Amino acid sequence: MPFAWLLVLLPWVGAVLLGLLPRERMAALANCGVSGVTFLLALVLLAQPQEVTGWTRLDALNLPLLLLASFIGLTTAIYSLGAIADEGLDPRRLRAFHVAFQIFMGAQALALLADDLGVMWVAIEIATLASVLMVGLHGTPAAIEAAWKFFILCGVGIALALLGTIILYLAAQPVLGEGEGLSWAALRAVAARCDPGVLNLAFVFLLVGYGTKAGLVPLHAWLPDAEAEGSIAISAVLSGLLLNAALLAVLRAKAIVGVHPEAVPPGALLLGFGLASVLVAAFALWRRRDARRFFAWSSILHMGLATTGFGFGGAAGNLAGLLHMIGHSLTKSAVFFGIGAAVRLRGSQRIADLGGLCLAAPGLGWALAIGIAAVAGLPPFALFASEYLLVSEAAAGHPWAILPLGLGLLVAVAAKVQTLQALCFGDLPPDRAAGKVDWTSLGPVWAHLLLALLLGMALPGPLRRMLAEAAGVAG
Amino acid sequence: MGFGQLPYDVAHLLGGGMLLLSFMLLYQRRVGAVVSVLAAQGGLLALAAAWQGFVQGAPQLYLTALIAAVAKAVCIPLALRWTIRRLALARGVDTALGIGPSLMAGVALVALAIMVALPVTSAAQALAREDLAMALSIVLLGMLMMITRRNAILQVVGLMSLENGLVLAAVGVAGMPLVVELSTAALVMLLLVVAGIFVFQMRERLDSLDIALLHPHRGEHE
Repeated sequence: MPFAWLLVLLPWVGAVLLGLLPRERMAALANCGVSGVTFLLALVLLAQPQEVTGWTRLDALNLPLLLLASFIGLTTAIYSLGAIADEGLDPRRLRAFHVAFQIFMGAQALALLADDLGVMWVAIEIATLASVLMVGLHGTPAAIEAAWKFFILCGVGIALALLGTIILYLAAQPVLGEGEGLSWAALRAVAARCDPGVLNLAFVFLLVGYGTKAGLVPLHAWLPDAEAEGSIAISAVLSGLLLNAALLAVLRAKAIVGVHPEAVPPGALLLGFGLASVLVAAFALWRRRDARRFFAWSSILHMGLATTGFGFGGAAGNLAGLLHMIGHSLTKSAVFFGIGAAVRLRGSQRIADLGGLCLAAPGLGWALAIGIAAVAGLPPFALFASEYLLVSEAAAGHPWAILPLGLGLLVAVAAKVQTLQALCFGDLPPDRAAGKVDWTSLGPVWAHLLLALLLGMALPGPLRRMLAEAAGVAG
Repeated sequence: MGFGQLPYDVAHLLGGGMLLLSFMLLYQRRVGAVVSVLAAQGGLLALAAAWQGFVQGAPQLYLTALIAAVAKAVCIPLALRWTIRRLALARGVDTALGIGPSLMAGVALVALAIMVALPVTSAAQALAREDLAMALSIVLLGMLMMITRRNAILQVVGLMSLENGLVLAAVGVAGMPLVVELSTAALVMLLLVVAGIFVFQMRERLDSLDIALLHPHRGEHE
């Protein structure tokens, strides 16, 4: 069995053990331990050969995302260590949370690793089911509404993705060798000889199916509620990891279909979905009063931007898209950690109730202010670099896209700066006392922001080479 | 293989039967009857999978057929009936779009599926492409049902019928790998939905499974 499977099996074994641990504190610490070991294993992947083994593959495209996922898994576990006790969960639900979290981590690692499209589909389905459990965890009517919507919309999305996978096999079946199955590498090798009509049909279903999971407009309706009602940890991993896994699945499909010269160019469809997401989300941001829903809409915006980058395609477009995915995961999880700490402090997640954080809790207020600036794409963080690449790619090859892209970016930045001021720099509401925030909340925020800063200021040489290679893999 | 040959005719008959049952799902006015039709569709799916296993000489499809027969024709319908009785859910079908317009929309969707699926798959085998057209129709009718019915339990039935269409498509493609695994994974999702309805006790909290009542809880009203 290839080494990479450890990244999947360790969290799953951990989930079983966490389900058996009786003591709450011990379970939270063990959760950190499992996530920490998973992160170390992911680092070992750097030294592994990049090749296809059985159902999994390791290439430049999924390696950075795997590292990122296990890192965010670790920081989220550390954050939960301090935060989960404040959420008022009974021991049974707390146990369910830890189990679901590790099942989710294993499943999304498998989704990133999968070479076989069938395995990828099953992995994304398991990740969805585990996250539905975490969204509905609180059992309040709002949480159940969010979980139900998530379940039904993503259920349809997943079903359509399976139909797309079946049609893709139907397209490739006449030219595919014996026993090659649904391997991405094999499908890509024969795609040029497949029937272009069937390939188009398959891509449409795969895009709509996995696009639902990636939160692309108009298939996004589940995302704001899911991120606002679950435990904070789920918001961080939904934004940071699940959306990336789904977008990677879309990219893999694009790389197959894009090989055929007569198929509809998949980039055009991605551009349409991407720009629609950017515009709708940018304007929707202005109407949000709930802090977590605000940043969930910002996730839709950023997934739209990354999709636009992949829609442009080519080395520069794909590089911008990938960098944007990574930068978004880091900064958005950081902001969700900060918002979570603020919500615990104030007992409300309305933006109006959260004002004046810099006065109330300076450490948290400033961390959140810098985090929101990073999410807004202000320099010098990673999202600024990727948005700059995106706009310059648009200017170079797709001048018509400048207008919608620029409009979306400006409207969104203005909304985020306004929210930043409202949350961090407003006056302290009269009845609110100052409070302290412990290191388990602030440590992860700073760690994420530091990495985002590093990626924005100076991309390390090996990572730059890896991303450039990944841009080639994505086709 | 084409019209007039036994493997093709029987596969067509079973697929067509499933499509017909998808239409029947659209015009039932009682939730109990909808569940019965769903069970019948599951049974036909099991027969279709077994027949494809026989025609293609693929013994793993018998397993798919067995799973479909046990879960979709027997267990899930029984669980749904039990849930309806236990939670004392409304027995009537609450529609967002009337029965007549639903059926007309259904016919339009089938026409769409045929127009989309048949021309683009002209190079594939006749059986596979017509199976695909029927499966796509069933998928679209399942989505139509999810859109036009207000009761949460009927939305779940729509999702299940949609998933029946998927499995029909999967067994119709000769040599499709992982069919058993994929159809089982899809089934697990459905089982969890049914379990979710019951465990979350939506009836108890919300007094009705009509999900329109959930909308005030979206958390963003002032």
